[in-house]
Amino acid sequence: MSDRLEVRRTAKLYIGGTFPRSESGRSYEVTAHDGRPLAQVSQASRKDLREAVVAARGAFTAWSGATAYLRGQILYRVAEMMEGRRAQFEAELADTGADDPARGVSVSIDRWVWYAGWADKLAQVVGATNPVAGPYFNFTLPEPTGVVGIVAPGDQSLLGLVSRLAPAIVSGNTAVVIASERSPLPAVSLAEVLATSDVPSGVVNILTGITVELVPWLASHMDVNGIDVTGVPDDLLADTEYAAAENVKRVHRAPRADPFDEAAQSPYEITAFTELKTVWHPMGA
Amino acid sequence: MSEAIERPAGGAPPAWEYASAPESTDVVRLEDRYGLFIGGEFVEPKSGRWFPTISPSTEETLAEVAEADAADVARAVDAARDAAPAWQGLAPAERAKYVFRIARQLQERAREFAVLETMNGGKPIKESRDVDVPLAAAHFFYYAGWADKLEYAFPGRGTPKPVGVAGQIIPWNFPLLMAAWKLAPALAAGNTAVLKPAETTPLTALLLGQVMQEADLPPGVVNIITGAGETGAALVDASVDKIAFTGSTEVGKAIRRATAGSGKRLTLELGGKAANIVFEDAPLDQAVEGVINGIFFNQGHVCCAGSRLLVQEPVFDVLLAKLKDRLQTLRVGDPLDKNTDVGAINSKAQLDKIEELVASGVEEGAEIYQPECDLPERGFWFRPTLFTGVSQSHRIAREEIFGPVLSILTFRTPEEAVEKANNTPYGLSAGIWTEKGSRILHMAQRLRAGVVWANTFNRFDPTSPFGGYKESGFGREGGLHGLEPYLTFDGADR
Repeated sequence: MSDRLEVRRTAKLYIGGTFPRSESGRSYEVTAHDGRPLAQVSQASRKDLREAVVAARGAFTAWSGATAYLRGQILYRVAEMMEGRRAQFEAELADTGADDPARGVSVSIDRWVWYAGWADKLAQVVGATNPVAGPYFNFTLPEPTGVVGIVAPGDQSLLGLVSRLAPAIVSGNTAVVIASERSPLPAVSLAEVLATSDVPSGVVNILTGITVELVPWLASHMDVNGIDVTGVPDDLLADTEYAAAENVKRVHRAPRADPFDEAAQSPYEITAFTELKTVWHPMGA
Repeated sequence: MSEAIERPAGGAPPAWEYASAPESTDVVRLEDRYGLFIGGEFVEPKSGRWFPTISPSTEETLAEVAEADAADVARAVDAARDAAPAWQGLAPAERAKYVFRIARQLQERAREFAVLETMNGGKPIKESRDVDVPLAAAHFFYYAGWADKLEYAFPGRGTPKPVGVAGQIIPWNFPLLMAAWKLAPALAAGNTAVLKPAETTPLTALLLGQVMQEADLPPGVVNIITGAGETGAALVDASVDKIAFTGSTEVGKAIRRATAGSGKRLTLELGGKAANIVFEDAPLDQAVEGVINGIFFNQGHVCCAGSRLLVQEPVFDVLLAKLKDRLQTLRVGDPLDKNTDVGAINSKAQLDKIEELVASGVEEGAEIYQPECDLPERGFWFRPTLFTGVSQSHRIAREEIFGPVLSILTFRTPEEAVEKANNTPYGLSAGIWTEKGSRILHMAQRLRAGVVWANTFNRFDPTSPFGGYKESGFGREGGLHGLEPYLTFDGADR
């Protein structure tokens, strides 16, 4: 063992491809399941959240306009990068008290691969050509909803997050994520993976902080088109849906399935944040 | 097509007049009073209250209908709840045959439905006859066939099951057609329903209740209750499993708030402010017909109406001249006349709203054009109206007018057209007029709207999903996608 002093990581926010501290200057302490102090983590503010939405909106046109093949490859690249960092993720999951950290990391990586493969298949499964009663060609395609807010589950801090994030962005949405409040470090590491996976800046923005403080601002933000409320505490759900009404946000909560189970992954988790567009054109010589 | 038409604005009226060609109303046998359709029978309201329903083209009272209060709503929901187990337990092929029967009976009584729709709602008979009623029948026919094929609709999603009891609230612009859009997929998927038509247009929905009786539909599978906003609010609060609403964005948001945290499934089909985009290479005469149809179909009482015309600058003058010319030949008046193009405004309240918004357009500096035409003395009428010199900040460019009023803006590049078209909280529909195929697909991809009509407008079909982006709502009606709101899968919430 050398005398060399370890370089510790500062756990920061991930907004628009950069790693800022909270503009509020606040941070909070994160501890392991056994009470050991692990890190000071940025405590995002309302203003940080707004910045994240601006970044997500800015990234939407290019990401939603990218080819499905490219989006699929980029999601696959995320899996590659995670695989290379699995020791770090396993250690972080062990700190959260996870039963089987290695399995948690493996399933998370495989989930990225599974959703990566949907990028160029979704339209074939949920799209349609429609036999209208007239001389028209008519087809229906799924398109991304826009900017999606994701309140990640408080437990399953890695797999729970990946299971919500991957289906949201594979179709071309951009995301603002509120990470698990109690165990945010896997999300912070995931941000570092995303930053090195060719995921364009702003496609995923990750905020750490106090869930009940951030959720109302996310739910009421007029430039967020959908919100995944899987991690919203039950007693906050009604208020969240109420606030989401102002700009008719799509509200979705993951089905109650064990995230380790294959039933937890579904193309219908992707369509929860897609819109269907139907195009008509006359036929005639 | 390239020659500009030299015509003075507001050109001369047609040199000859159409003889009137009124549709006979003999086929409609109105009763003095209509009760609530609950449990397969027309019953007196517990509320004890009744309200008149009128013809907006004559202001004559056609009949009295019951006003359902919360107790009446609860009774209807109970009837739907009681009917659910047997309806869900029916062999799907048998369920399908009931829905087919409804479609057939609607076709059989089509003329009666069309005349009554026009009497109660004010829309031209040629629209109710050729669009509303045939499409309503087609919706039942289409969804009937899904009843015993549901497991093929959503591959890999588990066994489909009905949601339960659906509360359905529909608007006054397509009363029968909206009832069909709501009921057909709900019934095919095995749900029972409580339908509330709009207070100004209850009669064809009540006639549909008779059709349900004639089809021997088991009592309580479909219940139809009449009343205004309070009745609708009571239905939202009642113990239903799902709410389907078509109407204004304002009321849609209120329903979203009212159902927050309730776990009730919800679909919303709300307002719109669609851009109809005409490029310089468009087939202009076809585009003029599409623009006219886009905004004056059903007096502009259409959520997907092409209410913002975006014209590429080089063809602005010629297109405007052609539009004014065409406006002059629109026949406005008695909706029962088979030649009428633009009928009555649905209600005094809607007429007031249109007049207020049009006044704001003049006030804010846009230039108004209305053709010369005689309007009947009684009833609610509004001349087909064009606004030029409209800026994006004007209220007439931002707010849904829901009337025969077109706001015209211009653009230079496709990018500018996309920017302006998408510059709205709504996202229901859009139109594109150009001969260039690659441009159609380029524009169709970039317009944030649920329905895009290219070189056509205002086409509808039961196989074609319809619904909005953004504040125009969520969920789809039509097509296999329209089944989704009425199904659950293996107990999962998806």
